[in-house]
Amino acid sequence: MPDTSSTPGILDTALGPSGLDMGRSLWRRFDRWWLLLFAVVGLVVFLVREVPEPYAEIFAFVQDGIVITLKITIVSFFFILIVGMIGGLGRVSHNRFIRGVASLYVEIVRGIPVLVWLLWIWYALPQVRDVVGNSISSVAPQVGELILSLKFEPFVAAVVGFTVAYGAYMTEIFRAGIQSIPKGQMEAARSLGMTYLQAMRHVILPKAIRVILPPLGNEFVTLLKDSSLVSVLAVSDLTRRGREYVARSFLSFDTFTMVAMLYLIMTLFFTRVFVAVERRLSVEKH
Amino acid sequence: MSEPIIEMRNVHKWFGKVHALDDVNLDVQPGEVVVIIGPSGSGKSTLLRSINHLEPVSSGEIVVDGIHLTNKSTDINAVRAEVGMVFQQFNLFPHMTALDNITLAQRVVRKRTGDEAKANSRQLLETVGIPEKADSFPAQLSGGQQQRVAIARALAMNPKIMLFDEPTSALDPEMIKEVLDVMMDLAKSGMTMLVVTHEMGFARAAAQRVIFMDEGKIIEDTTPQALFEAPEHDRTKLFLSKILEH
Repeated sequence: MPDTSSTPGILDTALGPSGLDMGRSLWRRFDRWWLLLFAVVGLVVFLVREVPEPYAEIFAFVQDGIVITLKITIVSFFFILIVGMIGGLGRVSHNRFIRGVASLYVEIVRGIPVLVWLLWIWYALPQVRDVVGNSISSVAPQVGELILSLKFEPFVAAVVGFTVAYGAYMTEIFRAGIQSIPKGQMEAARSLGMTYLQAMRHVILPKAIRVILPPLGNEFVTLLKDSSLVSVLAVSDLTRRGREYVARSFLSFDTFTMVAMLYLIMTLFFTRVFVAVERRLSVEKH
Repeated sequence: MSEPIIEMRNVHKWFGKVHALDDVNLDVQPGEVVVIIGPSGSGKSTLLRSINHLEPVSSGEIVVDGIHLTNKSTDINAVRAEVGMVFQQFNLFPHMTALDNITLAQRVVRKRTGDEAKANSRQLLETVGIPEKADSFPAQLSGGQQQRVAIARALAMNPKIMLFDEPTSALDPEMIKEVLDVMMDLAKSGMTMLVVTHEMGFARAAAQRVIFMDEGKIIEDTTPQALFEAPEHDRTKLFLSKILEH
């Protein structure tokens, strides 16, 4: 992404005479990629208002899908962060067993497509449950019954699938972040009598979070887009709602264009938010 | 003489095939200031780092303040809280202000309340001469100021022993004195100190003992005067001639 904050562009000139220094400096600090977001939002609003047939109708039909998409993304991301942090700590652990388990997790999960994970959890895991439940029933009927009665909601299956799959990527991001902190930081903390975990919590992780913020933002946006894969699990996310509308109206072009623009609005928005947080934290440091 | 506060018996340390510490024996009395000199790679830093177990030794015994470091059951963190360490590269926590750097371990390790720890930290910043830098981040401080914050941070744990690992080697010349002054005051106050340094002026002025190390061994262990004016060993003479020439 080009650094737009330092190069004066057409709009700088258009803003008028050099007397408007205030406006200019505000304009320089303003992250101009927001304009692209506003443009796309404007286009959607324009279409919905001026061409309500079919755009207002499409929007009304898919809007609950937007909520589902956001919910899946945000809830999954929360759990992904937890898994990633634990996994990352495991990957840098001095305990060979813990490190081995974390590495095995990463290697296995990274080698399997996210879509396949979702399909496996949705279609294959219930069979595992049945086999396990039945075999336990013969020994302890109550426990067996309990296992057999377990049932994933599609939403839960989606969150679990994403958490498992993205947790592996997040593990590697946390590992890289932790390892980017100079060794002296850990030594200084330990020399003051802190335990390994205290040093991690108070010294290493707060620093590592700043380092991994850009890849973290990337992962979030990638997850938001990949959340469209859940339409195979009978979850009515934005993509699935779009397909449902096409199925009843045959308006492929209008519907998928609208769906694409709605995704774009969300990804542009969250990208900007992460950039803003990043800037904030880098200012805080000095 | 009282009981030594640090005892090292037949200590060996191997880094792969490198014999970093070769049968080191050392007693340090409470209140003693010991300067350790020697060529790079002679094991000075390793010796220092073995005393707070940042570098576990391969064999031998180390007793700090009556606690056997080499016992598996020893709570190393308890020992470390009694042994302050100052590093060549300061190793301040860059995301915290000077005050927070000094306060953190007091709260986490010593379990002091926030107010108590902060008041103590301000007092220590006063001691090292930069009370006005409490709210500055490390990146806003000069090297000398950073190292003084690092000394304050170590002192905040009320250690019985302070270890200095080349505390002035990363500093610009004009900042060395301000750090040495703080160390000098500390030495006068009766702190037990082990200092790896090439500052011979400090060794002469503050140290009761100077140890010369080479190839993992303690070659000489004597008073500063004796070492600088009448070194016994040829290796010591050679080393001193190299560093005192200019």
